[in-house]
Amino acid sequence: MSTSSAALPGTPSGDPTPESAPALELEDLVMHFGPVRAVDGVSLRVERGRVMALVGESGSGKSTVGRCVVRLLEPTSGTVRLAGTDVTALSRRRLRPHRRDVSIVFQDPASSLDPRLTVGDIVGEPLRLLRLGHSRRERANRVAEALENVGLRRQVAERYPHEMSGGQRQRVSIARALVSSPTLLVADEPTSALDVSVQASVLNLLADLQRDMGFACLFITHDLSAVEYLADDVAVMYLGQLVEQGPRERIFGDPKMPYTQALLSAAPLANPREQRARQRVLLRGDIPSPIDPPPGCRFNTRCPVAVERCVTEVPALRLIAGRQVACHLVHDDGTGPDVRLVETSTSSETLPR
Amino acid sequence: MTQTSGTTPPETPTVEPSVAGLATMGTPPGGETAPRRGRVWRRLRRNPLGVVGALILAISIATALLAPLLAPYSPAAVHFDAPFQPPGTVGFGLGTDDLGRDLLSRILFGLRASLEVGVLAVVVALAVGVPLGLAAGYFRALDAVISRFTDLMLAFPFLILAVGLAAIRGASLGNAALAIGISQIPGMIRVVRSETLRLKELDFVAASVVDGAGDLSVLARHILPNALSAVIVQATVAIPVAILGEAVLSFLGLGIQPPDPSLGTMLAEAQQYAARAPWTAIVPGLAIVVVTLGFNLFGDALRDALDPRGSRR
Repeated sequence: MSTSSAALPGTPSGDPTPESAPALELEDLVMHFGPVRAVDGVSLRVERGRVMALVGESGSGKSTVGRCVVRLLEPTSGTVRLAGTDVTALSRRRLRPHRRDVSIVFQDPASSLDPRLTVGDIVGEPLRLLRLGHSRRERANRVAEALENVGLRRQVAERYPHEMSGGQRQRVSIARALVSSPTLLVADEPTSALDVSVQASVLNLLADLQRDMGFACLFITHDLSAVEYLADDVAVMYLGQLVEQGPRERIFGDPKMPYTQALLSAAPLANPREQRARQRVLLRGDIPSPIDPPPGCRFNTRCPVAVERCVTEVPALRLIAGRQVACHLVHDDGTGPDVRLVETSTSSETLPR
Repeated sequence: MTQTSGTTPPETPTVEPSVAGLATMGTPPGGETAPRRGRVWRRLRRNPLGVVGALILAISIATALLAPLLAPYSPAAVHFDAPFQPPGTVGFGLGTDDLGRDLLSRILFGLRASLEVGVLAVVVALAVGVPLGLAAGYFRALDAVISRFTDLMLAFPFLILAVGLAAIRGASLGNAALAIGISQIPGMIRVVRSETLRLKELDFVAASVVDGAGDLSVLARHILPNALSAVIVQATVAIPVAILGEAVLSFLGLGIQPPDPSLGTMLAEAQQYAARAPWTAIVPGLAIVVVTLGFNLFGDALRDALDPRGSRR
């Protein structure tokens, strides 16, 4: 495993110590689809064994980031480093040894499992493609082990995906992603297509597996309670850019960016009394079109506290109070507006309930 | 594979040569494991309509192959003393036509020609249409070229193509089948292309690509098997179309040559006498209906049996 990247010639930009390099490093990642600027300069780092949640509303580009990481998409510019190796420019053949460093779990288990293959063939496919496991028998054993790791009986290897429930299928999907023991797992909204009742069990499973196997995880989601439960770090995306990023306790306990504050105020609280007492920030309108993003701070069209400067000047990500935040209104000492408290009359209102 | 056992006496193996055309076309090059083929076969047998279809095809093929033994007369034998005998006449079980030729004998030989044309044409359409359809759907760069080629073929009149082919290669049953097969290629390309376009966007394809699957591997293992249902439906619809297309070509003298019968030519010839001797049209017409039904029932059953999600087990 450690020799594979060392044996590969021609990676001068690669980190000299791949073992200690972060599982994932994104540098100024840009992904444009024609005029659509889906991702516009995202820099991110997921340390080994850590869970980084990438949150944002639909259309913020978070899934596109995930697809760039696993090389389903060729980024327009920027670099993707997996375990210290720059994989952005690698040819298909040269990429192969690094494929096993990363796996992906998709949102909808109905379309992420081939209906014509048995569960055993599906879970064994990465082993076959990555040429792991020397014999058919060895692969079958690893498949059985992977199935048991996700809480399924090894006998389900004989079954077809349509014979299983949504939760079971997502477990199969997770088993498939982890059978090759990747250093990084990209989980693209792994629970949002599931019934609420099984969401928790799949999240528990992911948390347990992550603790036992120690893989790093880029957890893409809009489910903030899942983030609170699972993530070590949180990165908030808005319209193709990161607006705030840092350790979970900081972001959840004391969000600085008005967008993060609004997002967090939208997540329901477990205690109904607190939930009723709380003010929710309602943002005006929809997320603007990524074809023609607003000038300055991209959030200025919906920000309840935006000032002149927000329209003219792009805020840089600055390290403030233990996290990175991109907002002109947050001062260097960490003070700034809180849209949950500031004003209620003009642009935000309390919900009837 | 099993179709090599074509000459054994019981009638079930005789089904297989006909099925083999479709089945081998459909089986992915990657190959499937033996137990799974057993599962498909078992599910096929448990589908009553599929069994009926298979029986119809088995009997049709058997009688077509054994026509020289079963037919009471030569298909070209003329009985000027007994024209337009109705079915049931002693000596002529299904009646006779305008020249007093025995309809039963002609049907048996005609079946042979028609089945040949139907299967041959569809094999041509599958052999060319499936790979081109997969390529057009999967490789964006090839799509424009292949799709324009498809449009061109669709715009090209079928009869001109057949006449041209007959002029170059001579008028024969085989060339008629080739012309019909070529005319069915664009339809096949379009069906396979649209399935491929749909399937390649699904996450299980993406998951394979993430693990480093090559294009051919994705096509053979994921896309073709999932596109198979649509291919089978298209193929079973194409066979009766080919049988009738042969009648058109033979009517123009481009297919089978006059004394030899095919179901389509018999039907075409009979139209002149339809009022006086309706059975001359009804007998070959019924034969076409039955054969078509056989292909459709069997094709549907095959599609269901190949799909693990099929409701019938």
